[in-house]
Order: sequence, then structure tokens, then C-alpha cells
Amino acid sequence: MEQLKTIGRELAMGSQGGFGQSKEFLDLVKSIGEARSKAEEDRIVLSEIEILKRRLLEPDIPKRKMKEYIIRLVYIEMLGHDASFGYIHAVKMTHDDNLLLKRTGYLAVTLFLNEDHDLIILIVNTIQKDLRSDNFLVVCAALNAICRLINEETIPAVLPQVVDLLNHQKEAVRKKAIMALHRFHRKSPSSVSHLISNFRKRLCDNDPGVMGATLCPLFDLISEDVTSYKDLVSSFVSILKQVTERRLPKSYDYHQMPAPFIQIKLLKIMALLGSGDKSASEIMYMVLGDLFRKCDSSTNIGNAILYECIRCISCILPSPKLLEAAAEAISKFLKSDSHNLKYMGIDGLGRLIKISPDIAEQHQLAVIDCLEDPDDTLKRKTFELLYKMTKSSNVEVIVDRMIDYMISINDNHYKTEIASRCVELAEQFAPSNQWFIQTMNKVFEHAGDLVNIKVAHNLMRLIAEGFGEDDDDADSKLRLSAVESYLKIISEPKLPSLFLQVISWVLGEYGTADGKYSASYISGKLCDVADAYSSDETVKGYAVSALMKIYAFEIASGRKVDVLPECQSLIEELLASHSTDLQQRAYELQALLALDARAVESIIPLDASCEDIEVDKDLSFLNGYIQQAIESGAQPYVSERERSGMFETTDYHSQDHHEVPSHALRFEAYELPKPSVPQQASTELVPVPEPSYYSESHQPIPTSLVSERDSSEIKLRLDGVKQKWGRPNYQPTASSSQNTPSITQQAPNGTATHSDGGVGSSSSKPRSSYESKKPEVDPEKQRLAASLFGGSSSSRSDRKSSSGGHKPAKGTSNKPATIPRENPTPVQPPPDLLDFGEPTATSVTTIDPFKELEGLLDSSSSQDGGSADVMGLYSDGAPVTTTTTSVDSLLSELSDSSKGNSRTYQSQTSKGPNSKEALEKDALVRQMGVNPTSQNPTLFKDLLG
Amino acid sequence: MIKAVMMMNTQGKPRLAKFYDFLPVEKQQELIRGVFSVLCSRPENVSNFLEIDSLFGPDSRLVYKHYATLYFVLVFDGSENELAMLDLIQVLVETLDKCFSNVCELDIVFNYSKMHAVLDEIVFGGQVLETSSAEVMKAVEEISKLEAASNAISLVPKSVSGWRGR
Repeated sequence: MEQLKTIGRELAMGSQGGFGQSKEFLDLVKSIGEARSKAEEDRIVLSEIEILKRRLLEPDIPKRKMKEYIIRLVYIEMLGHDASFGYIHAVKMTHDDNLLLKRTGYLAVTLFLNEDHDLIILIVNTIQKDLRSDNFLVVCAALNAICRLINEETIPAVLPQVVDLLNHQKEAVRKKAIMALHRFHRKSPSSVSHLISNFRKRLCDNDPGVMGATLCPLFDLISEDVTSYKDLVSSFVSILKQVTERRLPKSYDYHQMPAPFIQIKLLKIMALLGSGDKSASEIMYMVLGDLFRKCDSSTNIGNAILYECIRCISCILPSPKLLEAAAEAISKFLKSDSHNLKYMGIDGLGRLIKISPDIAEQHQLAVIDCLEDPDDTLKRKTFELLYKMTKSSNVEVIVDRMIDYMISINDNHYKTEIASRCVELAEQFAPSNQWFIQTMNKVFEHAGDLVNIKVAHNLMRLIAEGFGEDDDDADSKLRLSAVESYLKIISEPKLPSLFLQVISWVLGEYGTADGKYSASYISGKLCDVADAYSSDETVKGYAVSALMKIYAFEIASGRKVDVLPECQSLIEELLASHSTDLQQRAYELQALLALDARAVESIIPLDASCEDIEVDKDLSFLNGYIQQAIESGAQPYVSERERSGMFETTDYHSQDHHEVPSHALRFEAYELPKPSVPQQASTELVPVPEPSYYSESHQPIPTSLVSERDSSEIKLRLDGVKQKWGRPNYQPTASSSQNTPSITQQAPNGTATHSDGGVGSSSSKPRSSYESKKPEVDPEKQRLAASLFGGSSSSRSDRKSSSGGHKPAKGTSNKPATIPRENPTPVQPPPDLLDFGEPTATSVTTIDPFKELEGLLDSSSSQDGGSADVMGLYSDGAPVTTTTTSVDSLLSELSDSSKGNSRTYQSQTSKGPNSKEALEKDALVRQMGVNPTSQNPTLFKDLLG
Repeated sequence: MIKAVMMMNTQGKPRLAKFYDFLPVEKQQELIRGVFSVLCSRPENVSNFLEIDSLFGPDSRLVYKHYATLYFVLVFDGSENELAMLDLIQVLVETLDKCFSNVCELDIVFNYSKMHAVLDEIVFGGQVLETSSAEVMKAVEEISKLEAASNAISLVPKSVSGWRGR
């Protein structure tokens, strides 16, 4: 019986319009299906390739056979093997008159060739001919091929024909011609720019299918340029109205929904057109309201339209009534059992929350459920939502959650993303520096190799600069806590390199700062680090520099220094290192140990990493010397510019300056190529009056060999010097480079004599350049804050009043006191610090988990003081341990509470009547690779239900 | 825009793969493998959506549906609606079901070119062209009829009944 069915099926296949294949092909498919391993499969395919190669060389292959060979080639290539030896045969087949063969040829070439392939030139001619064919199927096949095979150069060859086809009598051809034109537009907008009006014309096509197809190119066009399509708003709205009123033929219905894909496209277009446009939005309100009423939320496609409505409403100028309807639809989505709908609900919530932040409040439980869900996609979407609604009142909970999740996944791509989000949120909303450091530690520990190096520099800067106020006590407390946490972590195996760099730097700077830890203890730890990560030169460099600082501090404070034996051996090892950088550091350390206290103190002063380094750009301290030299007959200095035609003196500069050359407009001819143009870069920091400078340099001054030699010897920026030589007053300015030791009066430890790896660049980075960076980050953050709070200042005060009526204190709190780094704007709300004096660790464990949920979702208005207290707790200056444990206990309670909700899922999994039976069937099929039985009764059982 | 349509069986063997932007064969294979490794690690009864930036570049989503031994996969960008794409898979499967009356993996393997014909009627150059399976069927049957008529060479009856036994 089984056998009979199989025969029947195979016969049926043969009769279905000639799509059948020979026994050989069936055998091939079957043997590949049964292959037990990839190697076996490869062996089969390779022998098939050999067979095909041989066969294709035979003369006079019958066309039917040829067609099958082509299909076999396509099949081989789908399995990942190269079938290029047969491409030419596929191309030849497109020339055939027989429709079946021609279609096969087109199919094969569209799968084989890319638009720049050499063989395309052989096809273009055929395509041109086919586009003019009387047979519309031939035309369709050619249009199909065009989409894949035509590139910018060949578009003009077929364009006239395609445009003609826009008026073809068959709607199927018109549809495809529009799509082809759309494709051209995507590939090379300029080639069809004069034809864009055709899309507008086709919008009025009699056939709704053609009209629907036109929406695709219009969507693209409108997203590029909204303003020139505003006139179509009312047309789109009326089309949508007609569609929803079922004016289209029944054949466009899908699951009792009138032309849903057209509706979705229209809604997408309306979202584009209505965004920020009051009059356009108002036209749309009616039809959107109708849609909400009419949409059948029991079908998938109905929900797709509902979601699209929500999206549209979130884009256009909001209307309170529609927002309400959208919120209702979202709550239906979130309450649904389907993960797909939940996903859409979370996504919609994320969109709506920008407009009305309090909407999340009513769905807090659903959101938490989604966060606990086993479905990764849903979880990530929820994190995205949380990311969007983070504010300083809930940042701790959210970031904590994110870090937990980050630790649990292996997907590096997403790990990087979520790590950078954690960092971003922490930087933006950190309620206290201490919390910030703890959070950063966690991020570094678990994703250290994935985060941006800037993050490390920011962290070091924060620790170095502290609160940014003259509160030295708090600063040193912060540093001590950082040092303590690092000493705890440092002995753990396999820490990421970046994290170790931070640790080394902080231990070097502050390890011995308040005398809690002895120099030998810290230096022992640092030696261990250098030892354990001996293959990582950067870490080693940091460790040696840290050692140097520690010993320097010891010497400077007059204590006797005992260099540990392991440290001594480390130095000796590094003295012979292959890395010149490490060698240099080791030599310097050795030299430093021999100096006396006074000298050491001026080389590496205590805690000076944040001091601005004053660069005496004018080199005024040399004035006396120069005066002397000139008096004794030396020639005055000639600027490099003057000499540039003759001397190549800038070799040093090329290594010393990594500043980017500025793009200042130049009025003279370019000089010979030079590695760098230092004086231009310096103008970025110090506004030099350009015009006077240039006129100065134009003065013809005789060449001086002496000064040229000088310049190369002391590596100065000669141009900068020249221009101001006469002026004795130098302009104290922040240094842009730590590589100019010879002109620093005093090199603070961050920049001692050579670069301290990345640390130097962060710690001694001039404030000016940091501030100049601000505007880049700023608008983004502002926007986020504004969208979360609905306008930064007013809402902040709202929130503050809800968190316990600290409003009067606002004035002080607005100072960047709580902001870890110079946070650009007052957007940063620091109010949690206001709760400093508030109680108490005892209440923590008894906190109701739901309170915490409320904290997470910040139910600003309805909230009693409770959650604010909780949040205050996190942020107060309490020791690290209590903070973390309290959060942990809360979270565990939180997950307990949501377990109740997850029960529904379990019951859900056991649903489905035939699942076991289906599984058995599937298992059989899997064994075979291919299922040769004629029917699989459970297959698609849910199709037509 | 739709970036790719894939069908693969539960062992990761590709049954049909169509990318709407050209990709070299190796890259296609890599993507198919990548998609499969993500799909097979998904538990049952979870959503049909995936954000798949890591494979297909930023703003790429994937919708899949698991039917018996086959995964149907659509990869697309932000200009499409996830739920609608899920229904597009449904359209595709409905059409195939009508085409082959109770479709199974075998049909898809052996009717490679017809599969492409069906798919080309539904998705054209990365855009959704037709979503009514009846319309698609009409178009495909028209092609079949014409091809049969133009096909002068009659099909040699196949003697394949025994192949399964071996």
C-alpha cells in the first residue's frame, strides 16, 4: 500500500506541468538525504560534479536532459559547492525558444550569477528580446531576471522596454514592471530619477494589485524625501479607507481581512508622512480610529495591522484618543498567550513610551513576565524596552538585570551590545560613584574584552577626579573602596586585559594612598599580575608603571624602600624584554629607585594624574639662552615653513604627534609632502590668530642651519615656537600630548616621561578636549532623557516630589556632584543622593517585591514614598556589600513572585493533541533525511484550521 | 525589503535558499548554517521572531516557522512587519499545499524549479508581490499549462517506483 502511494505521488509529480526529474536525480537527492555525515555528503556531491562535468562535454545533449543537468547544478550550488563550470550552459538555455527551457535557464542564471558577472553581457540581449515578447509569461520571466541581473551600466539597455511595460494590458506584467523599476531605483537612483512620476501614476491603476505594488517604491521614495509627497496624504488615507470598507474585490481578502498587506504598507507610509506634521496627522486620525474598531484581533494578520496602527500612532502627532486605543491594543497583546504577540506588545510599548511615559506603569507585571520568559527574543526585546525607560530611579535594578543576563549568554555579538548599554546607562544615570565603580567592575569582569577601551579610560578618570568637588574626604573614600574591590578581584583567574589595566593603574595611583595597605603588599599583587599575564605586554606595562608610582610615593615620603625579590626579578626580566616599551619602563623604574626623595617627588608627584599639564608652548624659559646665542652671533630662527622646501626635519614629529591635521582652508601652494603638520593641530587647542600667523610666515627669512639642527635635537614644535617667539608671556594650556616631556615644567605621574599606556591619555587628557567632545554625546542623551521624562526639567521635579518631597534641595542637587564624570547637562538627575540620610538597611529584606517592580517601572504619580526609600537605599554611601546583597535579595524575591505567572506557560506546553504522534513521525523522517512516505498527516495540520 | 527566503530541514540541510541580494556561495552557506544553529537552539513554544544582526547586519529580523521536518525562514529588514511576514510564510505554505496537495519535504526537494516559480510569484525582487494563494496558484498553473503545451518533448514515464526500496 505504502509502495503504491509512493508510485502515485511520483507519477503525480511527473504530470505536474513537467517539473519532474529523472531517476538519476532522484537517486542523487535520496543519497544526499541519507548521508550520515557532512563528509559523506561532500563525497556524493563531488562525484556528482564529476559526472556532470563529463556529461556537459558530450555533444548533442537533448534539451530535456540539459534542463535536468542545469537543475542538478543549481542543487549542487545550493549545497555549497562550486558549479561555475556549468554557468555557460545555463546562459545558453535562456536563449532557447521553448518556454520551459527558457524559464529554467533564467532561474539558473538568477541563482548563479551576480550583476557584475562577465556572462551577463550574453544575457542582456536575450532579455531585451524577451521583454518585447507577445507571450506575457516570457515577459514575466525576463522581468524576474532583470531584478537580479541588471546593474547600473545595463539599466539603460532595458529601461525603455520596462517603462513601456508599465502600460501592459496584463496586470501581472504591470505589477512586475513596477517592481523592476523599484529595483532599478534601489540600485541606481539617478538612472530612473526622471521616471518617478510613473509611480504616482500607477497609484491610480485600475487593478488594486498594481496599486499595492506601487506602494513599495513609494515607501522608499517617501522615506528619502517626505516633503515632496505630502500632497498624497489624503490619497493614501482614502485608499486605506476604501480598503477597510471592503471596496476591493473579494479575491484580495486574506483570512477575512481585506488586503492586509496593502493596509500595512499604507500605514507605514502614513507613519512617515504624518510624523511631525499636524495637518497630515489630523487627516489620518479618523481612519486609524476606524481600524482599531474594525480589526479582528483573533487572527495573526489582524494583529499585524493593529501593531502597524500602533506604530503609526507613535510616529504621527499624538492624539489622546488614539493613544488610548493603542494602549488598549498593547495590553491585549501583552496579555496574550502567544509569544509573538507579547513581542509585538513590548515593541509597541517601547514606541509608545516615548510619547506617554506612564503607559508602562499599568503593564509592569507583564513586562516582568517577559523578562523572566525562556524566550530569548522576547527577553532581548524587553531589555530594549527597559533600556528605553531607564531613569535614575530605576537604573540600578535595570542595569543589574542586564548584567545578570549578560553573564548568562554566550553570544558575543549581543554581549557586546548589552555591555555597552549597561555602560551607557551607568554613565548616564549612576546614582553614586561607588555604584558606578561596582557596576563597571562587573561589566569588565564578564565582558571586559568586548567593551570599548574608552569605557576603561572613563572609569579611571572617574576614580581620579572623584566627585569633581573639593570633597577630598569623599574622594579618598571612593578610591579606597575601588582599591579594596580590586584587591579582592585581582587574584581571580583569567581577567580580561582591559580590566587588569584599570586595576593596575588604580592600584598604582591609589593603592598606598591612605596607608591601609603597605607598599610591599600592593607591589606584590602587581608583580603577581605581571607574572600571571606574562604574554600580555600592555598589562605588564601598566603593572610596571604602577610599581614605579608606588615606589616613587614611598621614596618621596621618606620611607625606606625594600624592593621585593619577585619585583626585582621582574625588573631584570623586563630589562631584557623584546618590547622596547617594557624595557624602557623597566630602566626608568630602575633609575628612579636610585634617586633621592626630592627628585622623585618632582618626577612623580602624589595623586597628580588629574592635574593639568602646563605646556610652555612659547618656550619662554629658553629666551635667555637664545638672547645669549644671538648676541654671540648666531642667526635667528627660521620657521620650518620657510625651510620646508629644503629640509626634511620632521621625522621626529611623525612619531611624536598623532594629532589629526586640521582642515583649515589654505591659501598658498602645498609644500612637499610631510608626515605631519603639527602647528595646525595645535591650533585646535589654542586659538591662534591665523591670518597674522600666515602673514608672519611669509616674511622671507634666511635659512639657518643652526636652528634646524636644534629643532631636530630637542623635538619641539618649531612652528608653534616661531610664531610667538617674541612674546614672553606664554599661554598656559592643557597639553594635548603626553609625549612632550622636554617642555613640561613638571610631569605629573600620569605622564611621566613616556606615555603611561592608555592611562596617560585618559587621565591627563585635557579638560578642554573632553568638553569639546561633549556635543557629540549630548543630544542623544538629552533626547533619551527627554523621551523618558517628557521634557527634562519639569518632569525631573515631578519625579523628585514623588521620591519624598526633596524639591527644595534641587538647587544643590543639580550640581554635577553625583555625576561621575562631567556630565554634559542638567538632564542628569541626581536626586537619589538626597536620600543620603534616610534609613536604613534593616528594612531591605522585608520590602515587598512589588514595590520593587514599581521602582522598576517608576510609577511616579501613584507611588507612596516606599519605592523612593528603596532606591535611596541603594544609592546612599553604605558599604558595598550591603548594597549588593539587598539588591540580590530583592531580585530573588522578585523572581519568586513571578514564578506564579510562569505556571501558565507550563500548562501551555502540554497542550496540542497530536504532538507526540507528530514527534514520532518526525523522528522517522529525520532518520531518513527525506520523507519518502506519501503523506504526513500531521504536517500543516494547523494550516487551514 | 525581504533579504532572503530559506527552507531547511530539521537537520540543517538546505532545501531551498534564495537571497535577494547577490551573495557568494560560501557566504550563503555560512548564513544558512548560522541561521540553522540559531533555530535549532530555540526551545518550542517561543516566539517566531529573531533579531539577527550578528549574521545579516544591523536591523535584520528573521521570522521562522517550523512545519514537521521543515523550517521556513524569512529574513528581512525594518521596513516589514514581523507578524505580516509570519503570514507570508503561511501564504507560501498554503500555496505549496495546494500545489502538491498535502505538501511534504519530498515535494520541495524534487520540484525545485516549481518551488522557485511559486516563490517568484509571491516575493519579487525582495518585495511582497502577491499574498493570495489562489492568485499565485492561478499564475503557476498558467505557467505549467503553457510549458506543457510548448514542451514538445513528452515526458518519459519514470520507473522510479523501486528507488525507495533500495
